[in-house]
Amino acid sequence: MTNPLTLDIPAGKPWIDFTREFDAPVEAVFNAHRDPELVRQWLGPRGYEMQIERWDFTSGGGYRYTHRDGDNVYGFHGTFHTVRENDLAIQTFEFEGAPDEVAIEFMRFVDLGDGRCRLEGHSVGPTVEGRDLMVESGMEKGMAQGYEQLDELLGVAAPATAQG
Amino acid sequence: MILSPVSEADLDRAFAALADPVRRAIIARLSRGAATVNELAEPFEISKQAVSKHIQVLELAGLVSRTRDAQRRPVHLEAARLEAMTAWIDRYRLAAEQRFRSLDAVLERTTQPAIQADATTPITDKEQQS
Repeated sequence: MTNPLTLDIPAGKPWIDFTREFDAPVEAVFNAHRDPELVRQWLGPRGYEMQIERWDFTSGGGYRYTHRDGDNVYGFHGTFHTVRENDLAIQTFEFEGAPDEVAIEFMRFVDLGDGRCRLEGHSVGPTVEGRDLMVESGMEKGMAQGYEQLDELLGVAAPATAQG
Repeated sequence: MILSPVSEADLDRAFAALADPVRRAIIARLSRGAATVNELAEPFEISKQAVSKHIQVLELAGLVSRTRDAQRRPVHLEAARLEAMTAWIDRYRLAAEQRFRSLDAVLERTTQPAIQADATTPITDKEQQS
């Protein structure tokens, strides 16, 4: 059973909206964003080696990580502007392959009760072109191969990545 | 293969063409079947000439086509171009959904009592580092 992802990428606008519910308490979802060891296990595309150089999920903190696919390394970095526990994260996001196209991401952690949680995201960048590039980078910047694997993996149960 | 045959420039034109409510309404109407310029102009309080211009933009963007030989010259939706426009969104969605499913798996690992020795209390950083 998978909760649906609501994704809104309106044509001609520089933003992306999403909502996604989780069958886990808001504290756990928030912690999966705060703890770099947990972040490493879910943020990167499958088949890519994700390395987190810095992850300081606090107001005024920042992050940098890379996705490695063979010889290709893709870097991402940004600043955590506001991080409020179990409530809100506002951060910048920059793909180093598209320098200065800095997006601001707003993420709300909404407690739904009964041990469930909803993540509400809004990511807005300076230009429509930049947003479209970011969306397309999912396929173009060397990820095409990854998706072939992904197609196979999608039907399969979540991987049992060893922990601790 | 993943990459679509539609070029970046094609997509640019298509998205620019749809950045207009009248043209979106025309596309919506055409998704229910072909129509003449007159029929398309009906619901709008703008001139038939203006509607013709909108259709031209859609035609240049490859989103609609007109039958040349027919007298009525009805306008058709080019569904393939619309599909190409959403294809790259779907890939983004695919990546996003995969990411969140991975997060689901992380949450399952970190909140299930069977896996976590003591998961009755909310997870803390300390409990993670075992």
